[in-house]
Amino acid sequence: MKHSRLPAIVTWLVMGFFYLPILVLVANSFNSSRYGGQWESTSLKWYIRLMGERDIWQALRNTLAVAVSATLASMVLGTSAAFALHRFVGSRLQKLHYGLIYMPLVIPEILMGLSLQLFFVSLNVELSLVTIGIAHVTFCLSFVTMTVLARLQDFDFSIVEAAQDLGAGWWTSLWRILIPMLAPGILAGGLLAFTLSIDDFVISFFVAGLGSTTLPIKIYSMIKYGSPPLINALSTILLTVTFVCVLGSHYLSNKGQKAA
Amino acid sequence: MSEILEFVDVSKHYGAIKAVDHVSLSVKQGEFFSLLGPSGCGKTTLLRILAGFEQPDTGRVILGGQDVTDLPPYERKVNTIFQSYALFPHLSLWENIAFGLKVAKRPKKEIKEEVDKMLALIQMEDQAWKKPDQISGGQKQRVAIARALINKPRVLLLDEPLAALDLKLRQRMLIELDLFHDEVGITFLYVTHDQGEAMSLSDRIAVMSHGSIEQLGTPAEIYEAPRTSFVAAFIGDTNFFDGIVAGPLQKHSPFGGTRPVPVDKEYSRLIIGDLPDLECYNDKQIKEGERIFLSVRPEKLRISREPPKTAPHLNVIEGTVEDVIYLGAQTKYWVKVGAYRISVIQQHSRFLLDEIPIKWQEHVWLSWHADDGFMLEKYDEQDENLILTPPEEVGETMEDVPIAVAASEEEYRGDSAAEVPVS
Repeated sequence: MKHSRLPAIVTWLVMGFFYLPILVLVANSFNSSRYGGQWESTSLKWYIRLMGERDIWQALRNTLAVAVSATLASMVLGTSAAFALHRFVGSRLQKLHYGLIYMPLVIPEILMGLSLQLFFVSLNVELSLVTIGIAHVTFCLSFVTMTVLARLQDFDFSIVEAAQDLGAGWWTSLWRILIPMLAPGILAGGLLAFTLSIDDFVISFFVAGLGSTTLPIKIYSMIKYGSPPLINALSTILLTVTFVCVLGSHYLSNKGQKAA
Repeated sequence: MSEILEFVDVSKHYGAIKAVDHVSLSVKQGEFFSLLGPSGCGKTTLLRILAGFEQPDTGRVILGGQDVTDLPPYERKVNTIFQSYALFPHLSLWENIAFGLKVAKRPKKEIKEEVDKMLALIQMEDQAWKKPDQISGGQKQRVAIARALINKPRVLLLDEPLAALDLKLRQRMLIELDLFHDEVGITFLYVTHDQGEAMSLSDRIAVMSHGSIEQLGTPAEIYEAPRTSFVAAFIGDTNFFDGIVAGPLQKHSPFGGTRPVPVDKEYSRLIIGDLPDLECYNDKQIKEGERIFLSVRPEKLRISREPPKTAPHLNVIEGTVEDVIYLGAQTKYWVKVGAYRISVIQQHSRFLLDEIPIKWQEHVWLSWHADDGFMLEKYDEQDENLILTPPEEVGETMEDVPIAVAASEEEYRGDSAAEVPVS
């Protein structure tokens, strides 16, 4: 039987649509011309120029501060939530709990952003990096919870019983056995949360205050008022970091699967 | 020997299901004690209650004279070998074994000495730094034992520890377990559904069914004198005859005269369907006219072509051979007698080729002494599946003890035939 070529063609077209723009962006970041239309010569000029941009570095620092704290907070909260969901599976309250945790994954971001802004404003909280961080936790939490929950589903809990049987109280079994064994899942969820946090624009845009510009917001304003080649270089760096994180997360969850 | 462990009237319910139903038993210091029963009989729940993973609804658990009912698992001086071994996958074998001592914050030097001693005991010194997923099932089992024994528990709990191993390995681990027990002298509480394992390892066995203990005794007591038909069918192979007690046996008068014949209160006469009347030793109080089951183990039956010499208290029945299975050390016959299919096991103590073996369709005589049968009450409908277990399945676990329960379907159909009114 002759195989149809259609699936292959469709696949390549989809890949092209998805990745060609990104490739153009990456390529242009090495183009010394100011305008993307023509190729002058290959250079790292924009990357070097980027070094001198104080605003961008400040934005990067903000982004990292938000991402790291939101990730750490959601790792703790998400793991605890996953435990509760796993332990009391089937109870009505936990079904509601699951729904609440799942919601941010499907809810439109603009809605999240808007409602969070209204929430902070009505409480008279000054918009700042802290509010961005709190906003990020709301969706990062879901990713960590889902990843850890998946790991808990095929976890042999007689191992925890064994630890208690050998004299470990619940605190010791948590730190010596449970957390180390779940670490790949928690870290994978955390890395995923981290990547989502560093490139979040919509929600951050709503809850950012004066002086709390994050990198995506900075890029947005640079497109409006600044120079595109610099953005290309910056985006390429951001892309690389995100890519490495996703790869790491994938590797960790695979490794965790094998260990279980 | 003193009592190390006591269950006092322990019950545990899950909703409407009685997992453990008012169980009391005590285990002696140094004993190898088994809880034996089919799945769902409550043996594992009882073990988990002792380990502290389950709270009993009623009753107390006394360990070494101390009431431990309300203590958490980590404060009880017992250790468990889990069915899945439950080794810590992220720790090396050395760290796995050291875990208990580390948690107890013992000095480093002592931990090292003890762990090395344990590794020597299980003969795995050279593999100390491997991870659990790098070793075989039998080795995991040994590490699990070492990890538990290093804490010097008052009682070592073993939850079906051999169930996950293949047959050959199971037989080897059986011997190793026995050696470990002799070597360390710790009390073992062993949970299993495999009667072969329980019989070969245990000092005493508690046979459990539906949350309570059916019988407690040494393997020989349980095999030779089962108190209920459940025990008779679950432990080993047996034939059941469904009959009615016709009353005490009439003693043979030494003078053969017409004088009133004294009654032999030790033996009863039984009416079994269309078979000749049988005799059985009265091992318990039985009323005349009561419906009973006569159980006779296959190896207690003698099979012969010629009618056996008559002797006092010898039961003799005639039948036709329906099936012959030659098993090397022994031969198994299925003999049709009336409505019954009776299983007979004959050991070959002499050179067989000189004899003319009994063949299919031959007319034979079966005989057994009245002392070798025992009378039991009728078994539950629920236990029927158990009795019908095909012989091959269980027969693998032990060679010397005839295992597997057998009673043919005809016996159940035979029920109606046996209900002859006693005159």
